[in-house]
Amino acid sequence: MSVADIQIEKDLHHDGHDDHHEQSFISKYIFSTDHKTIAKQFLITGIFWALIGGGLSVIFRLQLGFPDMELYWLKPLLGKWITAEGKIDSEFYLALVTMHGTIMVFFVLTAGLSGTFANFLIPLQIGARDMASGFMNMLSYWFFFVSGVIMFISFFLETGPASGGWTVYPPLSALPQAIQGSGAGMTMWLVSMVFFIASTLLGGINYITTIINMRTEGMSFTRLPLTVWALFLTAILGLLSFPVLVAAALLLVFDRSFGTSFYLSDIYIGGEALPHIGGSPILYQHLFWFLGHPEVYIVILPALGITSEIISTNSRKPIFGYRAMIGSMLAIGFLSFIVWAHHMFVTGLNPFLGSIFMFLTLIIAVPSAVKAFNYITTLWRGNIKFTTAMLFSIGLVSFFISGGLTGIFLGNSALDINLHDTYFVVAHFHLVMGSAAFFGMLAGVYHWFPKMFGRMMDERLGSIHFWLTFVGVYLVFFPLHYIGIAGFPRRYYSFTSFDAFQTFTDLNSFVSIAAALTFFAQFIFLFNFFYSIFAGRKASLNPWKSNTLEWTTPRLPGHGNWPGAIPKVFRWAYDYSKPGAKDDFIPQTVPLSETPESNLPNEVEEAKAEAKK
Amino acid sequence: MAHSTAIESNNIWGGGVAPMKASYGKLMMWFFLLSDAFTFSALLITYGLIRYSHPAFEGTIDEFAFSQEYWPIPEMVFEGFPFLHGIHLPLVFVGLMTFILILSSVTMVLAVEAGQRMDRKGVEKWMLWTILGGLTFLGCQAWEWTHFIVGADTANNAAGNTFMGANLSMNQYGPPNFAALFFFITGFHGFHVFTGVVLNFIIFYQAVVGKLERTGHYEMVEKVGLYWHFVDLVWVFVFTFFYLI
Ligand code: HEM
Ligand SMILES: [Cu+2]
Repeated sequence: MSVADIQIEKDLHHDGHDDHHEQSFISKYIFSTDHKTIAKQFLITGIFWALIGGGLSVIFRLQLGFPDMELYWLKPLLGKWITAEGKIDSEFYLALVTMHGTIMVFFVLTAGLSGTFANFLIPLQIGARDMASGFMNMLSYWFFFVSGVIMFISFFLETGPASGGWTVYPPLSALPQAIQGSGAGMTMWLVSMVFFIASTLLGGINYITTIINMRTEGMSFTRLPLTVWALFLTAILGLLSFPVLVAAALLLVFDRSFGTSFYLSDIYIGGEALPHIGGSPILYQHLFWFLGHPEVYIVILPALGITSEIISTNSRKPIFGYRAMIGSMLAIGFLSFIVWAHHMFVTGLNPFLGSIFMFLTLIIAVPSAVKAFNYITTLWRGNIKFTTAMLFSIGLVSFFISGGLTGIFLGNSALDINLHDTYFVVAHFHLVMGSAAFFGMLAGVYHWFPKMFGRMMDERLGSIHFWLTFVGVYLVFFPLHYIGIAGFPRRYYSFTSFDAFQTFTDLNSFVSIAAALTFFAQFIFLFNFFYSIFAGRKASLNPWKSNTLEWTTPRLPGHGNWPGAIPKVFRWAYDYSKPGAKDDFIPQTVPLSETPESNLPNEVEEAKAEAKK
Repeated sequence: MAHSTAIESNNIWGGGVAPMKASYGKLMMWFFLLSDAFTFSALLITYGLIRYSHPAFEGTIDEFAFSQEYWPIPEMVFEGFPFLHGIHLPLVFVGLMTFILILSSVTMVLAVEAGQRMDRKGVEKWMLWTILGGLTFLGCQAWEWTHFIVGADTANNAAGNTFMGANLSMNQYGPPNFAALFFFITGFHGFHVFTGVVLNFIIFYQAVVGKLERTGHYEMVEKVGLYWHFVDLVWVFVFTFFYLI
């Protein structure tokens, strides 16, 4: 570490004194090892994928909401996947759903969210010059990039992209005879995932070691901002769960391509028995959900961390229950590894085991509720500044609560018999995971944009974007609960072919319209984002009057982050509106000995010790 | 880093120091191994679940014959030894392989220890032995696989069992997944050993040309050492699952 430090310090020295030493465009913007550039690469790639993922969902919502609509106008885009009658091909519908899920869960809300904010915030907030290994960090981005390229190419295959759902359950995904998408599309899906997992592991190992080893002096774990805590635990969850997906995927590759039967047994296709015997598709589900459940927390924890930071800053109050927040994240992280079978209640799981998993699942509601209450109590009687980032954070809390409540229904193994694989589940996870994490990501972008690009985003456009999206999300996902309770299964091509669901036609049209409008509202964000990068108002050094270390860097920090020495840290990150203090915030770099007027009784001693040094 | 000693004395987790007294490179190796351990655990659990969804052979070991109806007894499958055709030597060869691999872990410890003394000659010697151990293990595994693929004496086959040897979808010894899992898991482990040999070789080469000496420490040897011990440890589990139970 010390070697790297000195190296960078030398470089810095250089940069400061002679300007002709500029890096080339390629090493500065493309194969960069600077964590801030890599973060922006993740962010822009994430936004790209969010647009594709969102666009796909609008297309399949058209089919669900307006089954009689003629879609010839999509022919230039979708080609032969629009049938002669002007309908979306029913197998392609499944491909759309699959790709939507895969892209959103992995590319947008895992890589786009963790990749962006872990890279950007960890070194800046713990006071490090860069990640432990900038090279591995760069690899992590480029593996993600390659994985995206492969997934993208699979759209153009003759047989279409993978279409077995984002969970790619065998036997459907294992047998090319079963569905077109299980041919080359599925192969590319698996290859793409291998690259993706490699990217996640490279990133995660880096985040963890950086946080353990590279904190600046005084930055103890009990002074870390909650964002860093969240990103730390996220990386650990990824580190322990993705390798299990590696195992699951490799076994699937063998079943698909090399004639093994790990997941296959007793299958007949077209009356003909397949040679596979002795495997079990349930085995795949166990392996998949051992990753899959932690994965949903990998998606939400960074968003919760970002929210903690933003809510505290903009309420001008310390976060309520800092240690309880850490504790609840630890509890959630631990529990997330032992609840996976709640996705499998109706697979024939032993009901006794089912009730154990039900019990463990419902326990997760406790730390989740602790977090929700702590957000609310932080807001309570705060001096709230409704910045756009703050609005999105409050929106996240709202979604987390309303989606979390339906989790409690689903976690009940008896109720789940009715609700499993219906639109109720879709409503649940789109609120609690999809929308909440998406809002966390947007909140983070609005909040840290000044540090990323040195300019401000437009707050008025921001709040229009917020209100349209917030209302839109509820209009889309709330009605889905009713459709789900009525029993409509997810991933079905058509509602109208069942009498029981005829009455929901209007509601479905409504949802589809809301979805399209919400999607188009995102272009307000896009405009705001790209316009502000080049022409936004120049940001001041600490526009939100925040305590954390990133706001002590120059407006546009160079490679190495701080031009001089790395700042030392003397207090936690949440000294907002401290009684007796001059300002309503005291940055982490202000020694206790300089603030005798506001020190708490236990800090008086510390201040003395500090002064002696 | 003299300035950090004051803090270090009262709180090693207070920042400004590496709290576990390990460089980031070594920590990364540890975390990678932790993650890899989960991959292997998933595979071994898969083995366990598939194994116990098949019936076991009931009866004494003398009556045992290969059949698709039940999982075979490992001692009856892995009983060959090079040049000793036809002699029943249950698990002797794989025992030897295991012994060689464990021995190579010992030489690796010696290499690490030599590195800590900055003894370049010692590092070279013991790394070389470790590489040889790894290569021998891989060679043995190649023989073991070949023997398994070609097949054992027909005498052991139950009536109706006419297929000889093994591939990924069929085998003479028992249900298809017996061989499939064997190939998959020992293959996955063998791939790790192979990677380890390559890494060891790179480090050996760097030691020989004096690159490591110039950096002033032999930490790279410690890092590949961690990996090598891990691969050995995993083998102990693979061995237990496939050969002993
Ligand atoms: C109070 C806490 C929660 C409980 C009790 C809970 C319970 C459940 C249960 C039982 C299911 C399975 C439903 C079924 O398929 O029949 C489920 C699905 C799901 N949950 Fe939750 N959940 C909770 C919170 C969360 C959170 C915080 C997230 C993400 C951030 C999340 C994401 C998901 C996802 C993505 C699925 C669906 C996966 C799929 O089948 O495609 N849940 N939840
Ligand atoms: Cu779950």
